[in-house]
Amino acid sequence: MSCALVSVQSSTGCGVAVIYTPCRSVYIFTKKNNIQFDHKKITLFDGYQYGEEYGKINLLRKLPAIKDGDFCLAESIAIMMYLAEKFHTPDHWYPADLQKRARVNEYLSWQHTAIRTHGSRILWFKLLIPKAMGVEVPKEKLDNAVESFDGSLKLFEEKFLQGKPFIVGDQISLADLVAIVEIMQPVGAGMDVFENRPKLKAWKDRVREEIGAELFDEAHQTILSLQEEVKTMDPKKMEPLRSKILKYFLS
Amino acid sequence: MAGRQAVKAYLDLMSQPCRAVLIFLKNNKIPHTVEHIAIRKGQQKTPEFTKLNPMQKVPVLEDNGFVLTESDAILKYLATTYNVPDHWYPKLPEKRARVDEYTAWHHANTRLHAATVFWLEGLLPLMTGQPTNTAKLEKALSDLDGTLDKLENMFLKRQAFLCGDDISLADLLAVCEIMQPLGSGRDVLKNRPNLLSWRSRVQSSLSDSFDEAHAIVYRLREKFTAKL
Repeated sequence: MSCALVSVQSSTGCGVAVIYTPCRSVYIFTKKNNIQFDHKKITLFDGYQYGEEYGKINLLRKLPAIKDGDFCLAESIAIMMYLAEKFHTPDHWYPADLQKRARVNEYLSWQHTAIRTHGSRILWFKLLIPKAMGVEVPKEKLDNAVESFDGSLKLFEEKFLQGKPFIVGDQISLADLVAIVEIMQPVGAGMDVFENRPKLKAWKDRVREEIGAELFDEAHQTILSLQEEVKTMDPKKMEPLRSKILKYFLS
Repeated sequence: MAGRQAVKAYLDLMSQPCRAVLIFLKNNKIPHTVEHIAIRKGQQKTPEFTKLNPMQKVPVLEDNGFVLTESDAILKYLATTYNVPDHWYPKLPEKRARVDEYTAWHHANTRLHAATVFWLEGLLPLMTGQPTNTAKLEKALSDLDGTLDKLENMFLKRQAFLCGDDISLADLLAVCEIMQPLGSGRDVLKNRPNLLSWRSRVQSSLSDSFDEAHAIVYRLREKFTAKL
């Protein structure tokens, strides 16, 4: 086991851009659990992720990705489950109890096309697309995204959280970690997600405390200062994203 | 498992994830009963079903009082609770991670894009009586094409199955999505020999349980092609 630890310390490359939610959750998880890694901080507007060198690590051309010796892995959720197992992180993150684990998997499955999709859209529609394309997104599109996000939050509170302190019970798990980074995303666009949602805010405060306020705030620094950064950013920097924006959001 | 009651699965076999769950239960001879929920009749919206699953979706698994939704969570739960062959969801972390990698990617890729094609070409015209929106369909087909490229080049590569030499939960989930557009007469793997071979291997591995679960898709295809 000590050999595996040494090789991971020296050669695990983690491509991280903490504006991007799957990277943020992996960043928080590895830091919280003192998992050593070489952390490359890049931004989406760099084009680095499309380069040759990175391509070898991650054919999916996506972030995040890890390299543990010869083993390469993408998808933040798969990464965290793998690291939880390899580094024997505290059980509550991904419980060994099969029914508790199933509850974590249940949330992680549902959220892909729910909170993640809708939260991300709000950020793009409100902040990033107007900057990149120089036009406002039609109000109807934004309203629909907000409505869908609100619907997801309602289901989150009623079905997943219910009256419990955390999604799976008394302790924080990967489910809460993935949930919080996605829910924070529209906050970056200036939306007050927690206003009039005391239960959600209380859960968020608990999650922040469990993660550690310093680590939580550090990981969210980029998203929370995004509005300011976008104001001063040269829109030309976002040109490479235009075709993607047209394809995914505006067609 | 002595003294343990059979699991109960709430399924609509028109739903791709439901078929994956049924195939897994049958193929692994896991004692189970099935309650059919017909989405087209709105049976997922009854007070009883809503109490079971407030999301009003299928599949749902009930195991002696433990209620679970989301097909990949259900499949992983069944694979680890029951004594099924290791290849479905391997215990070795590096091999398991490959399956977890696929099942995470699956939602916004294979599932989303294959389902959209079937929705536009099969379900929507059936429900509304309107002809297919060709512009939207073209975009959906293009999205699916991109996904199938990745499925072939990044997951399958030169392997027999998506995550290695043996069939796993990844192949099961993927194949059920890819079969869906067949219901409206479209074989999305038509010009892709590697993926066609993969699908044959998956079908062989699953034998009877595959065709039994997909009978509804075959019937729908017959109706569709008869209309043309």
